[in-house]
Order: sequence, then structure tokens, then C-alpha cells
Amino acid sequence: MHVMSEDLSNLVQPGRVHRQIYTDPAIFDLELERIFGVAWIYVGHESQVKSPGDYFRTFIGKKPVVLVRDAAGDIRVIHNQCAHRGSLVVANDNGNTDEFMCCYHGWTYHLDGRLKAVPLQHGYPENFDPSNPKTAMTQVPRVRSYRGFVFASAAADGPSLEEFLGHMATSLDDMIDRAPDGEIEIAGGVFKHAYDGNWKLYLENLCDAAHPIFTHRSSIDAAQQQSDAVHSDGTGEIAIRQMRQNGAPYSFWESQVGIWTYPNGHSYLGDYHDDAKLVAALKDPVFRDYIAAMEKKKGKAETRRVMEVRRWNSNVYPNLSFMSQFQQLRVVHPVAVDRTVVHTYNFRLKGAPEQMFRNTISFANTVNGTGSLVLTDDLEIYNRIGMGLSSAGAEWIEIGRGYRSDLPDAHGGRRGVNSTSEVYIRNMLDAWLGYMTAPTLSSPASGGGKYPAA
Amino acid sequence: MAKKKKRAARLATRSRRPIAARRSTARQPIRQTLDLNACEQFLLHEARLLDDGKFEDWLKLFTPEAWYWVPSEPGQADPFETVSLIYDDRRLLETRVRRLLSPRMYSQEPRSRTSRIVGNLTIEESGKDGYTVRSKFMMIEYRREQQRLFGGTALHRLVQSGGRIMIAWKRVDLVNCDAPLDGITIPF
Repeated sequence: MHVMSEDLSNLVQPGRVHRQIYTDPAIFDLELERIFGVAWIYVGHESQVKSPGDYFRTFIGKKPVVLVRDAAGDIRVIHNQCAHRGSLVVANDNGNTDEFMCCYHGWTYHLDGRLKAVPLQHGYPENFDPSNPKTAMTQVPRVRSYRGFVFASAAADGPSLEEFLGHMATSLDDMIDRAPDGEIEIAGGVFKHAYDGNWKLYLENLCDAAHPIFTHRSSIDAAQQQSDAVHSDGTGEIAIRQMRQNGAPYSFWESQVGIWTYPNGHSYLGDYHDDAKLVAALKDPVFRDYIAAMEKKKGKAETRRVMEVRRWNSNVYPNLSFMSQFQQLRVVHPVAVDRTVVHTYNFRLKGAPEQMFRNTISFANTVNGTGSLVLTDDLEIYNRIGMGLSSAGAEWIEIGRGYRSDLPDAHGGRRGVNSTSEVYIRNMLDAWLGYMTAPTLSSPASGGGKYPAA
Repeated sequence: MAKKKKRAARLATRSRRPIAARRSTARQPIRQTLDLNACEQFLLHEARLLDDGKFEDWLKLFTPEAWYWVPSEPGQADPFETVSLIYDDRRLLETRVRRLLSPRMYSQEPRSRTSRIVGNLTIEESGKDGYTVRSKFMMIEYRREQQRLFGGTALHRLVQSGGRIMIAWKRVDLVNCDAPLDGITIPF
């Protein structure tokens, strides 16, 4: 089925969106081409490939790629595909190697993807050229790192990464600024959680301030009723505080938390779990040590500035969400129109007390854990939306909360009148529409080529 | 208004009530040698409580300082430096069980049904303060027209207290612990 741009532009309207964009496999395929095939897609962090030869296997949309540090120390993102018969070359999730070798016929590749050697080369035609850059594990056209966060774009031309990020770069800055040594690294493993629903639903929930009190009711009640007098090894402390805070009344969300959005679909939710609520602020000895380490390295004024940046989830559309306060990062992988996998990571703040990282892990288990008391109810919501949208009972779904009350933002964005506004969903769908209806820069090659038609 | 008051009163009576609080945390000395059969009977009893959804009774099998762990990586060294599918100290385990009993746990609406098989028991280590029992398990979980199969290895640290066998800690290594997984709500 061919979906025309004019059809697509009708699917997102002021304050409402057609259910089809979450359920139509043809639209999903177009998204892979027009969004994941064009936009800056978060690939990984430089700390995952510290030394030459380190590699990390991931995906851009559904395309398998490898993030690798080459022999010269440069970061590359190459397609994980052998130029010979198309086989996946790198099968392990990560590792270190001198070269990549395809296990089918032994073609080997340099770390930057160039073809290195081909067994039985005399058997190929005379014009077979191993140095042809297309006979390679080809590089994704544009790869850029923003202070260690590596993004790639499959489009040869387009806005720079800095233009794409815009003001949202300040959220990435906040991740790094919180490290006393000014450096962070991915550590502590990965969660991979999955649901039967569209990929867009994930980011559309991460700034939703109106759902916790309903969706997370069971964990709010369970945590609020929990005695603090029983034995604890300390790991549950942040988890319990987080669950209790999810029960904050609407008045709190409407008066004390904000929501900010920026061009290209990006957004962040103001902090509703500030440090005072989650780590008992200065009463907590670990936090006190952390502040001392920060002040020693950065000075009091800068430390105060960093601590006053209060952002909960920051979303970089279309595939990245992160949370600087507890060093969490989520990568959304679209699998099918009704299937999504999300990988979540943690960062270690260099120069911070060791216990800080343990808190990060404990927090990850609570908010991102596959067996978490909180996340499992979010996954249930994605599944239910997936099932519900298969009904034509309501063709159009509402994204109108706060509509007409959006306010301009000093950095070129628009913010909601308060945190329960759905302005961030409208903003994502504006970006979606922009990508999906943009005039195509290049048409796919049509027939012809090397071989005569049959 | 009346409804609101009633709810507040109900919450007040329930609040801060520890689940299955034990009167004494004093560990009794081991009174008898546990043989493999006694361990197996205990693990089968535990599996049955879980399959029957008797989570409060399941919680009563744990000591007051117990922890329950499902690692996210094969051979994971500890639950503090690496994320875990589940890592609950006693306080979180009580919260987990209380949530499992909530009618508003939407990820359990409708409820799962599970069926477990436990076997291949070996006693890995025994000392005067307890036994480490290794077992294999398979669990089928059925919920809302979907059936999932889990399998793996469990380690139970069993101690005797007040003439009863109790779990001092439990570690469950799923064969597919590092796979993309849909939400996990029922303990293994």
C-alpha cells in the first residue's frame, strides 16, 4: 500500500491525531524511511567503545549497525552487513576486535568498514574492485558526537547535529555537568524491555504528568503503606520514595512542575522528584559527600547552578530519552508497527562517591526494570493502547489537554501552561508530520543499473 | 465525601502495617539435618504457593533480613553495581507482595496463571547456619491470550528458624535474563 503525503498530513490535526499512525504497517515502513532514515538517531555513547577495536552492536531504525572505534581512534558507525552476500557480520552485542570477519566466506573488513581481504579473489570478475567504497561495511553518511553522545544520520545532507538538538543540548550538558570530574561513562548493564505497541507511545508517555496517580496506583498504595521499620539494605530507599512521590496530587503537578518543548519534537518535563524528595538532600551523607566533591572540583557557584537544573525526562525525538538527575538513558527501537523494544542504560558520574552509582542502579531497577513495580504498569498501558487502537470505535484520539494555553519559551520552544499539558505530544507529532511529509531529497534508483532487464 | 472519609479510614488502618511481621528475628540454631527430600518438599511447597497466587504466604517463607534477586546478566556478580530484573530487600519485597494483592495492579488485570515444575535439586553447600540448594525450574505463565515460558536455575539459602525452614535469600537466573522481555510481574 502506498501512503501519499497528502493523506499523512490529514492524520495529525489540531488537538487530535488519527489512530492509523499507530496501527498502519505501511506508515510504520514509511517512518523507518522518512524519520529513522533521515533524522539524527542516537546510536550510543563513546564510553561504550573506549579503545580502538571496541565495538557495540545496535540498530538505526531496523537497520543493524555497529558503533566502533577504529584503529586511529575515530568513532565510526557502519552497517552491519557483509558486502558479499549480505550476512550480518557482527553477532556479539559488544567486544573488541582487530577486524571484522564475515563467517560465511571469510571476507574481512577494517574497523572503519573498508574491505580488507577477500579469499578466492581471483574468482571474481576482473572489474571487481575491493577498494570500491561501496564494497564495504558501508559507513552511515553522517556521524557526530555531542560531548560523547553519538548520533548518526542516514541522510547525506540536512541540519547539523547541533541544529537538530537546539536547546535540548542543555539537557545532555546536565548529564555531564553532574559529574564532579566532568566525565560520565555507561556502566551497570542494560535493561531490554518490550511491549506490543507502537514505538511512538513510549516517548509520548515519558512526560505524561497526569498518568502516575492512576496507572501507578498499585505501587503508590503499596509503597505508602510500607513500614519503614523492617530490614533494608538501603537499596529500596530511592524506590520507595519514587513510588510514594508518584502519588502527588494534581495540584502539585499543576503548580510546581513544568513541561517544555522544542523544535524537532524534543521536550523535557520539569523535575517533580527533586533531590530533596529522593535522596533526602543534605541529610543524606552520600549526597553531602557528592556536593563536597562537586564544590571541590567546580566551585560553589557552579555546583549550585548545576543542582538547580531540575529536569525529569528529556526526550530527543525520535529515539532517545534520558534523565540527568539519576543518570538514566533509554533508547527506543521500533521492531514492528505493534512491537517495540527499549534498551535502558545507566551512567556513572566520575568523581562522585561510589554509593551514588548504587543509587543510580537502584533507581534504574525501579523506573526502568523489566520486573519493576512501576514500569510494568506503563508497559501494560502501551499494550492496552495497542489493543484499543485496533478498534475503529474512535478514529481520532485526543491530544488536546492544555491546547490553546501553550506559552512561548525563551529558547525558541513552547511550554505547557503546566506539566499536565499534552503540548509535548503535539510537539512530537508536529515533528512527525514534518519528517513524514517533507519532499524526498533523492528518489530511489529505478530499475536499470548493472544488469539487463529480464 | 463519605466515600472519601471511608477510604481515608481504610488507608489509615492499613498504613504502615508490615506484611507478615515476625515477632522475633532471633535465629534458632539448626535442630535437624535437612536432607534433599526435606529441601525438595519445601521448594515444591513454595512453587505451589506462587502458582496458587498465595503471595502473602510466600512472603512468610522469607526471613526478616531476606533478599530476592533475579539478575539481568548471566553470572552477574552483584545486585548493586549492575541492574537486575528484580532485586528486592525485605522492604521492597513486602511492597512487591502488597502490590500483587492490589486490585489496581493493572499489569495483573486480568491475572496471570502460572504452572511450575521444580527439579534437579542438589545441596551445594551446607553449614551450621544453613543450606544452599540449587534447583532447575520451568514456569509457564498465561495471561490475556498469551503464554510465556520461563526457565532457569534457582539458588535458595535455606535456614531453620523456630522449627521451620525459611528462605534467607533466593537468586533466580533466567536462561533468557538478557533478552528483550515483556514486563515481569509474577515472582519466579
